[in-house]
Amino acid sequence: MNTLAVHTPYTVPVGMMDALQVTLLVLVAAGATAVVLIRAPVRQVLMLSTYGVLLAVLFLAFQAPDVTLSEMTVGAVLLPAVLLLTLAKVRKKEQ
Amino acid sequence: MQVFPFIVVAWILGVGLYGVVTSRHLVHQIICLIVVQSSTYVLLLGVGYVTGAVAPYFFDVPDHTPAVDPVVQACALTDVVVEAAVTALLLSFAIQAYKRFGTLDPQELAALKG
Amino acid sequence: MTPRQRRWIFLVAGAGLVAFYLWGLLGLPGFGRYPGPYGPAILRVAVAQTNATGVVSAINFEYRGFDTVGEEFILFAAAAGVATVLRRLRGERDRPAVDEAVGRYVPDTSSAVRMVALLFVGPVVLAGWWLASHAQTDPSGGFQGGVVLATAFVLIYLSGEFLVFKRFSPIDLTDVAEAVGAAGFAAVGVSAVAMGLPYLENYLPLGQVPGAVSSSGTIALISFFVGIEVAAAFILIVGELLDQTLLVRQRG
Repeated sequence: MNTLAVHTPYTVPVGMMDALQVTLLVLVAAGATAVVLIRAPVRQVLMLSTYGVLLAVLFLAFQAPDVTLSEMTVGAVLLPAVLLLTLAKVRKKEQ
Repeated sequence: MQVFPFIVVAWILGVGLYGVVTSRHLVHQIICLIVVQSSTYVLLLGVGYVTGAVAPYFFDVPDHTPAVDPVVQACALTDVVVEAAVTALLLSFAIQAYKRFGTLDPQELAALKG
Repeated sequence: MTPRQRRWIFLVAGAGLVAFYLWGLLGLPGFGRYPGPYGPAILRVAVAQTNATGVVSAINFEYRGFDTVGEEFILFAAAAGVATVLRRLRGERDRPAVDEAVGRYVPDTSSAVRMVALLFVGPVVLAGWWLASHAQTDPSGGFQGGVVLATAFVLIYLSGEFLVFKRFSPIDLTDVAEAVGAAGFAAVGVSAVAMGLPYLENYLPLGQVPGAVSSSGTIALISFFVGIEVAAAFILIVGELLDQTLLVRQRG
């Protein structure tokens, strides 16, 4: 049983926070496995976008709102945009 | 709960490395590199977490409330943005490789000379 | 060595690596029990010393500002690298690109996508600007604000034609903006040296109220420059990749 390391007036019950963090960690591990196991590049990019959002929510549960903001903008918007542009470039060459 | 985040970090690292080694498409390999890098963000934030503490922002919370470690958050923050730019650089190399050699399969590219 | 053999060798070696990594991680003092002196030491003095209630941005731009200069220049170099690699490609491929555009069916952008993208451009620019200028009060800062600003330009491309995107972000202007951002950050540090203080010392007035936009001296200024630089770097990267993808349509 995890006890509080500090006492603040803004604490949710420890069990609830633990359960939330464990759930999110399991989801993140499953998301990472899914990203690696999908082999088709376009589908993998969409899964990467979902993984980025999951990671962002995990960072929020770890009390880091600015890392959440960074990860959400970068991982869900910019990285898939850049990856899809590269894939379009490669596919166009194939035609 | 005390070691579970670190087990997840090691798992993501292993899975990402497996993807890099057994990949047949350069873009797939680059995405697996992104996954490996994301494991370090989880590690950084997991190291600095204090149970029961708030986020280190004191705009609406009185000063000197116990907060989680802000230094690792600063490291992770710049890390996330810089990783995107470096990934774009890797992708431009992949485009260049495709134009030179006509294939995006890393195992075929390894066999080419010059 | 066949791929199957390679896979088995990796599985054995990878399992060993992950086992050692996990063994090392288990030596840490447990999740949630951060003992270290660095975090609490900074938290004790940060708000009083810098009048910034956003401690993470204060660390990024003042206590560890030198590391942030390095990270920003990594970003700068990566964007310059993308531009170099892809621009040379464009130069050498301009001539044979004419014949590939014949008879290619391009579906029109749907009006729903156009309308939504256009509607969101204004609020996204505002949000990015707000994020970049409020580094010292909220969980925001130059890095996040710059990325959101770059997203606004991607929305412009989605809502209109490629030509509109090019008109809004000509390559020369983006180059200049990125250089101004990177140089601005370094210049803030050098200007401290010019006044006889250590590099990147916070010498501007700290403001009265902790947590106002005008507080905390050079932190706000540095965050502004970083926002410009990050936005310009990502617009440059996306623009170069778009040039590569759509060059054929331009010629056809």
